[in-house]
Amino acid sequence: MIKAILVFNNHGKPRLLKFYQHYSEEQQQQIVRETFQLVSKRDDNVCNFLEGGTLIGGNDYRLIYRHYATLYFIFCVDSSESELGILDLIQVFVETLDRCFENVCELDLIFHVDKVHHILGELVMGGMVLETNMSEILLRIQEQEKLEKQEAGISAAPARAVSAVKSMNLPQQIKDLKLPDLPGLSNLKNAF
Amino acid sequence: MALKNIRSNLDRLFDKSLTDLIRGIRNNKDNEARYIASCIEEIKMELKQDSTFIKANAIEKLAYLQMLGYDISWASFNIIEVMVSTKYTEKRIGYLAAAQSFHDSTEVLMLTTNLIRKDINSANMYDCGVALGGLACFVTPDLARDLASDIVNLLTSSRPYIRKRAVLLLYKIFLKYPDALRPTFPRLKEKLEDADPGVQSAAVNVICELARKNPKNYLTLAPVFFKLMTTSSNNWMLIKIIKLFGALVPLEPRLGKKLLEPLTNLINSTSAMSLLYECINTVIAVLISTSAGTPGDHTTSIQLCVQKLGLLIEDADQNLKYLGLLAMGKILQTHPKAVQAHKDIVLRCLDDRDESIRIRSLDLLYGMVSKKNIMEIVKKLMEHVEHAEGSHYRDELLSRIISICSYNNYQYITNFEWYISVLVELTKVEGTKHGAKIAEQIQDVTVRVESIRHFSVSQMALLVENANLLLSGSAQQRSNISEVLLAAAWICGEYSENVRDKPSVLEAMLKAKPSLMPGHILSVYVQNIGKLYAALISKAEEEEDWDAVDSLDNLMMSKLPELELAEHLEAQERACTLMAMLKVIEMYHSRKEKVAEEVARLYEGELNPVATKAQRKVPVPDGLDLDSWIGDEWEESASESSEDETEKTFGQMKVRSEFANFGGPPKYDSEEEPEKGYQKMKTKKKEHDEITSAELEKRRQQREREIQSNPYYVKGTAAAPKRPNEFPVAPKREENGESSQNLSIQSPLEIPGVVGLSRYMEQQDSTLTWKNAKKEKKKEKTKKGKGKKKRAAEESSSDEDEVAIVHQVNRNDGEMPENAKSTDDEDEKTNGLTDEFKALDVNLDEPLRPDEIVRGPQAYVRQSANARPFMQGPLQPRPPTTGPQKVITQEQTTKKKVAKKKKNDVETVESAEKKMKKKKKAKAQLSNGATSAATSGNVFDMDNWLDEENVVEEAADALKGEKKSKKKKKLGVPSREAYEEPSGVCTPSNPFQEGDTPGPSPIGSHSHLSSLASNGDLKADYSISVCPDDPSTCLVKISLSNEGTNEMKGIEINLCETLNARMAKDGDGDSSLKVSSISPNDSTILPLRVTVASTALSQKIRGSLTYFVQDGDNSNSEKLDFKLSIPATTFLLSATIGKESYGVLLSSDEIDLSASATCSSPVPFKQIVQRITQKARFTVVEEVPGAASLYATTNIDNRPVAVLVKKTGDSIQINGKSGDQQMISSIVDDLRELCSKK
Repeated sequence: MIKAILVFNNHGKPRLLKFYQHYSEEQQQQIVRETFQLVSKRDDNVCNFLEGGTLIGGNDYRLIYRHYATLYFIFCVDSSESELGILDLIQVFVETLDRCFENVCELDLIFHVDKVHHILGELVMGGMVLETNMSEILLRIQEQEKLEKQEAGISAAPARAVSAVKSMNLPQQIKDLKLPDLPGLSNLKNAF
Repeated sequence: MALKNIRSNLDRLFDKSLTDLIRGIRNNKDNEARYIASCIEEIKMELKQDSTFIKANAIEKLAYLQMLGYDISWASFNIIEVMVSTKYTEKRIGYLAAAQSFHDSTEVLMLTTNLIRKDINSANMYDCGVALGGLACFVTPDLARDLASDIVNLLTSSRPYIRKRAVLLLYKIFLKYPDALRPTFPRLKEKLEDADPGVQSAAVNVICELARKNPKNYLTLAPVFFKLMTTSSNNWMLIKIIKLFGALVPLEPRLGKKLLEPLTNLINSTSAMSLLYECINTVIAVLISTSAGTPGDHTTSIQLCVQKLGLLIEDADQNLKYLGLLAMGKILQTHPKAVQAHKDIVLRCLDDRDESIRIRSLDLLYGMVSKKNIMEIVKKLMEHVEHAEGSHYRDELLSRIISICSYNNYQYITNFEWYISVLVELTKVEGTKHGAKIAEQIQDVTVRVESIRHFSVSQMALLVENANLLLSGSAQQRSNISEVLLAAAWICGEYSENVRDKPSVLEAMLKAKPSLMPGHILSVYVQNIGKLYAALISKAEEEEDWDAVDSLDNLMMSKLPELELAEHLEAQERACTLMAMLKVIEMYHSRKEKVAEEVARLYEGELNPVATKAQRKVPVPDGLDLDSWIGDEWEESASESSEDETEKTFGQMKVRSEFANFGGPPKYDSEEEPEKGYQKMKTKKKEHDEITSAELEKRRQQREREIQSNPYYVKGTAAAPKRPNEFPVAPKREENGESSQNLSIQSPLEIPGVVGLSRYMEQQDSTLTWKNAKKEKKKEKTKKGKGKKKRAAEESSSDEDEVAIVHQVNRNDGEMPENAKSTDDEDEKTNGLTDEFKALDVNLDEPLRPDEIVRGPQAYVRQSANARPFMQGPLQPRPPTTGPQKVITQEQTTKKKVAKKKKNDVETVESAEKKMKKKKKAKAQLSNGATSAATSGNVFDMDNWLDEENVVEEAADALKGEKKSKKKKKLGVPSREAYEEPSGVCTPSNPFQEGDTPGPSPIGSHSHLSSLASNGDLKADYSISVCPDDPSTCLVKISLSNEGTNEMKGIEINLCETLNARMAKDGDGDSSLKVSSISPNDSTILPLRVTVASTALSQKIRGSLTYFVQDGDNSNSEKLDFKLSIPATTFLLSATIGKESYGVLLSSDEIDLSASATCSSPVPFKQIVQRITQKARFTVVEEVPGAASLYATTNIDNRPVAVLVKKTGDSIQINGKSGDQQMISSIVDDLRELCSKK
């Protein structure tokens, strides 16, 4: 079983927290801090397994992590998971993110944490590994995106247009109020 | 309306989206908290809006804030509102927020039951998926109970995406609602053989998780997993299965034997490191389990493992190195020698820069240590202790040093002076939490090794004299390291004959500050002050040095009162007792009377190590009822509470239980009310002689008598007489030796405090080598003479008094009470199972009780005719809560319930019901058999399975041989049949086709005659084939043969046409077939064309045969009824497909609908496959023993149909997949019928 999945950056700022056991928000933050303490002082070329960590775990648990550029991906798992298997799973997760976001970077995780959650939901369910085949995962994500677009359709156009305008940061937001009604804009890619 | 739209658009414009929120937070780094607070206010406003879009947006933002540590439980209800949304995108947000913030005590969760039920039964696969995923995170016992049956229904969903999730979710359901486990387990087990590898893998995953906690319940699944292991190529699943075997192996050594070979093969063949590693792990588990039982020769396996692990450890990849060390540690337990080969690498790993790796290599040190290198290794570790940065690693090192050295009662230690120095050195380590452990070691070594005592005492005396150094620093540090003082004080007191400068040690002890020193140490201090005083006073009296006596008395009288003020009750009590004694002694002294002898006897007696469990093992004497009152009544008094409290305090002093001297009356005396100590001493002092076992028993009885008459003894617990070593440390000592004051060895220390290890090493360097040599010899001898009893040890030591310098080590396990129970039963069954998993510890092989069903409300149960049968079995839907039904539930008999409920149902359902009943019965029988077998020793066919070992392989080999020979034969006679296949796709190169069909049949494989009807006279057989010119018409050839002796005339066949099937008219419009006559022993064939409306359905056409039998002149009219069945398989075309494209096909959407059936038949699997290939036109894609995947296409539009047939025991499982639910159901049904034919 996977007990928790944490993603935080080199400064310990959480980018994704998924706990498969209940912890209060306070405890969650403490776990992040403690884990960051443990992980951040390790070199990049040491092994990816860590014991200890008093808040999360116990003897049966260990932290398995990978460090990509500015982000740490940490899985806290018990002994029923294969260590190398989880390392592979992290790789699959990150590669999937990379495919979904096209060259994923920390900013993608910052602004689309919900999407990251949905992607993770295709890999892990309730602490158990659900799917490891990347093409299957991607297929499902694409289908959901399609569904999303269908549902959004015209009705979401205003919101998207507005966010597009906002991100252009132009002073004449109000002037562009009519924009939502232009159907052509619904195809505008979200450009934040 | 339009205006309203624009308005809401306008509103929305000013709402913050999640992106805006995140950007805002990033732009407001300085006053983040304030910014977020304002955002939360906004969110609260947004949640009050009607639009679900706005709400969803707000909840999305909350989910983000939750990650930042903000409590969002206040919005739980709004989250549910969003979950209810009909839009997938919004629903998803709701479920995400719920998964992040809901937990067992979220009250609104009880509102979600119906919502979730609706979602998981939704037609949209992703609605269902997201609901299942969310439920996995926040499932509560209530939800689990209410939704269990819905989840189980999903197991038969046509979509692997859903099945996979449902299977995984079952685990969570079981955790929260253990009652669901037994009734649903068979369903879960079925999923092990699901057509979709993802579902299979999920089922393996769930069963592995279940089995990890309660392995014994899952032993019966071993054959299934074994098969999966040998056939699957999915590494993820293999890893899980292999891990599961690792958990099962300790329970069944024979399983281990069976596993060794396939595992070894995997180890040799796999390229996946993760798989390799897990295989090694399980092989190790096998080796451990077999080495415990029958000693087999597994050297090759061990060597293979060690060799592979060696590769891992030497690998440049730190991860592999870590895992290699981890696994190596497991081998070490049973095969230490095998590991020694890698000693150098392991020692090198000690210097690795990676802490994780260093800790792992520490684990391995046990195996690396020998008498020769222990000093070197420990020296290295000590260096690490010095440089260790983290306290975790330092503590780890410390405990490792101690456990290596004390391993197997100091097996590796030859030089105990060195060890004491090491321990003393360790006391210098700052901030360690192992103070108590060090103290324990110092005491233990000193007690066990007599010859070390003078050295140990000299060191401890120094510690005591410089206690202030140890007691400095923070309170936390103090409490830890000051434990060492406990050992120091005790050793100085107990072995005071070895103390050089007793007065100064005594003085140092008396200086102890009650405020600084922990109470339990202080009490040891007081006790040992008494001992030292006794030693000094007897020497002074002997020398008639009354001045010295007076000054001693004065010293004591002036310092002790301070200790009487100790807060700690035990310390205070002891100080008071000692004070009272002193007053009496002083009185005698003032009269110049000698009392030293009496005083000294108080502390007489030798201590021996006592086994840790000794006290628990004391047998209850005959006739002693520990629960009955000893006295007449419970006396309320002050001393009761004080005794309770002292008991509590002593509970903490775990250290001392090691030394609890058992059963000896002298110790017992000291345990009695200290106030009475002096009087007792007076009356009983004669008893402090050497104890023989006979006397011991006598004393115990006497003691019991005394206890009975002593009112104070009634007050403790009822078990009071049974705790003779409550004050285990209270030691006696013999005062027979002269004080060692004048021995005056030159102190090796120049600074106050402690001896350094390096200094000691320098000093000893020159002498070590010869000491070691002798000691080793010595140790071998002592090992032989190891006895359980102290007396035995004494004997052996007296045998070998030739070398005085050599340490005599008491390496016994410790003293045990006489008649102690030798079993270790008390420690069993505490393998860390939480309650959660204990609830899941149920026997899965037991047949289900009638009341054991997963009940679920019926409201959303799917009603489709196909799904219906699958809901049955153990999963009875909860009866509706209407009046008459309630009565039924009270009847508690499921069968009746079922019968009554069926009243209004259509016929088809009824028949399905019957089938299910049958199935259930069969299941019950099966499991009945299983349990009865289980009670007779082992689990059902496990024995056979485990013992058959090579039988299967042999059989397989034989089969192969057979195949080969057949092949050869066939090569000569080219198979016409293959070429004649209507579709023309079946090529002779298909090996399975050739291997599995036994030679070409004269008519063609699908025109075998089946019996239609017969009586004594007439026999009707028929064969069906599809008309080449019309794919929806089949040609039924009815062959009639006259088996009687008379001629038959006017034979006529009539079919009752149905909507679905009618006879093709051949022009004359007559729906009957006529034959004028058949003479005896003759036969004729009637062709009949039947057109069906749907090729997807199996048809059963009723018909009748009428004829006249010409008997002489009479002609009797006879009638024969028959049922002509046209199975759906008739309309299949055999087609071939490659294994790979078959795999692709299975996972594709093209055939996403499935059906399955089970039946039982004693017919060998080969024949069943043959039957299916011949009569149902399937071709074999892949066949392994006991399972075959088959393939065919429909004749009309060439849609693929895939079927998996498995046979385990006599039961046959058929799973079919195609794009048409109706068709696949009928096909599977047909196949079932085909298979179950005798």
